[in-house]
Amino acid sequence: MADIYEILRGRKDQSGNYEKVPVIVQGITGTFGSLHAKSMMDYGTNIAAGVTPGKGGQKFEDKVPIYNTVKEAVDATGSKISIVFVPAKFFLDAAKEALEAGIKLLVAIPEHVPIRDTMQILGVAQQKDAIIIGPNTPGVMIPGLTKIGIMPASPFKPGNIAVLSKSGTLLYEISNTLTKAGYGQLITIGIGGDPVNGTRLIDAFDMVKGDPTLEGMVIVGEIGGDSEEILAQHIIDTNFKKPIVAYIAGRRAPKEKRMGHAGAIVMGNYGSAESKISMFNKANIPVAKRPNEVAMLLAGKLEKSKD
Amino acid sequence: MRLLEYQAKELFSEFGIKTPRGISSNDVEAARKHAQELGFPFVIKAQVPVGGRGKAGGIQKCHNQDEFELKYPQILGMSIKGEKTRAILLEKMAEYEKEIYLSLFLNRSKRCYTIIASAEGGVEIESVKNQVIREVGLGDVDPKVAEDVAKQIGLEGRSAEDFVDMLQRLSKLTIEKEAELAEINPVALLKDGSLLALDGKVITDDNSNFRHPEMAKYQEKTELEERAEKSGFTLVELDGNIAVVGNGAGLVMSTLDMLADNGGKPACFLDVGGGATTESVYEALTLISKMKKVKAILVNLYGGIVKTTTVASAFIKAYDDKLIDLPVYARLMGSESEKSKEMLKGTKTKMFDSVEDAINGVVMEVSKRG
Repeated sequence: MADIYEILRGRKDQSGNYEKVPVIVQGITGTFGSLHAKSMMDYGTNIAAGVTPGKGGQKFEDKVPIYNTVKEAVDATGSKISIVFVPAKFFLDAAKEALEAGIKLLVAIPEHVPIRDTMQILGVAQQKDAIIIGPNTPGVMIPGLTKIGIMPASPFKPGNIAVLSKSGTLLYEISNTLTKAGYGQLITIGIGGDPVNGTRLIDAFDMVKGDPTLEGMVIVGEIGGDSEEILAQHIIDTNFKKPIVAYIAGRRAPKEKRMGHAGAIVMGNYGSAESKISMFNKANIPVAKRPNEVAMLLAGKLEKSKD
Repeated sequence: MRLLEYQAKELFSEFGIKTPRGISSNDVEAARKHAQELGFPFVIKAQVPVGGRGKAGGIQKCHNQDEFELKYPQILGMSIKGEKTRAILLEKMAEYEKEIYLSLFLNRSKRCYTIIASAEGGVEIESVKNQVIREVGLGDVDPKVAEDVAKQIGLEGRSAEDFVDMLQRLSKLTIEKEAELAEINPVALLKDGSLLALDGKVITDDNSNFRHPEMAKYQEKTELEERAEKSGFTLVELDGNIAVVGNGAGLVMSTLDMLADNGGKPACFLDVGGGATTESVYEALTLISKMKKVKAILVNLYGGIVKTTTVASAFIKAYDDKLIDLPVYARLMGSESEKSKEMLKGTKTKMFDSVEDAINGVVMEVSKRG
């Protein structure tokens, strides 16, 4: 599997800082795309090119060149990362175009992408050894280095904790409490709230776990599916020892109702909070009852791990 | 979209999957005629978007006119697990030897479709024993795979042939209608060895609705849910009296959990989406104003870039316009919160720095009012 740190960080320069890798924005001239392209640039992300068919040759914010196709943008910038802002019904074509042009990390922002389209693009991604994050993701971030997504900058601070989350706003909320408690983030990945995710919790875990500076992890799950259970089993099987804390949203949600996210639905016992919490407990991972409890539980775990 | 049984069976018929003869209705006048057409005996089946209706008395045999006059209105007026009966299906009974389980199901973690079949159907999937499970990628079922599954659940001769045919038709339905689940439970094995779909459950991918205008007739939404959707919100109506509003599905679920943990009863789940503007919050309050059961509103907004003053002005406008007269307990995370608190002085909206404090406040307020 492609190494997400390598893709996001690029090479180190002489003073030991990572060079800023170039990122392409598909749909850079749309309302949403342009707003967040600007916000990413403000954060320091190297937005090297935009793509909007028919607007090739123009410039975004007077400096970022716009191309008609992803291929042209890749040829001009050498970028391996693209963030996609097109409407859901055009996602499949935009994503295919990106992967065929050699993109290795595709951050898929749109909500409401049909599951069949996601499954189709995953087939292509597998052939090309590319990572898809999302759809319906807030994005991925290495605080202090790069922000590729729609998250606000304020909750995040550089540090050594990885945060993996199905929910966007809970990712911000929980990262904010971590930051306030002095736990900055090494990397944060929004998995997305869809039933089928390009990067599942277990994939995200495997992507981030190997960094030597990683000190702990926070998993923010929610009702629906069984990706939390599978991750918990994987943690048991691989005997992963670094401190992990979890939070699960939707404990009190009624069954068989979709709670805002396409994927947040309990069918019988499949997808229930009880099932997830009991599996995390089995893996010796404490589950916070409130977002505010996460930092405290993590502090306890980190303290113990020093013994 | 979760189809009712009779709707799922309409799709089955369209794709050539055999079902018992049946007619759906939602008034007794029409149903009387249907009863004559079908002839007694038949089964009266409540059409509800939730499982377990058999145990709840939502499926009853009907042998004659007297039973019909008694049972039809009773089942039509029934609520099962909080879901009102939407319609009634009158269906001929089939004599059968055996009940089989069959479904095509989207396995979210494996990111592929899965055939689940068993020689022991008729119970909920969790209790189905000796499941035969086959992964089939995007849902296309090769005849060889179908034959193999038929063999594994012990079918032979005509039954095996019928099963292969049924499974392939179910696969076609799943792909063409973009279903997350297409389940026939039970499949009846009749005396002559042929198969019949006695029940049907189909859940399609809401995000693919735009490609399926033909399915719009099955869409069932309340007026409020429809209005919420037009604004880009998600609304789920619940039984309690405290409306829960926030931005982002995870955050609203989390707020609802904490409220219920503290003894509060949520009246709705209202997710206004990623951002929060004066307009979106005002529209959310408009929706809530139409829910008579609501006694108070709990708001939890996390805005990294949102000015809380824009949200505060939505509350003030709602009171000024006499849209709402309800107390609002709000936690607004964002900039200019002191200024917002100042703006809201003298109104029925109280602002808190933590969601826990807002929840304690709203639960006390509602219990005080009784």
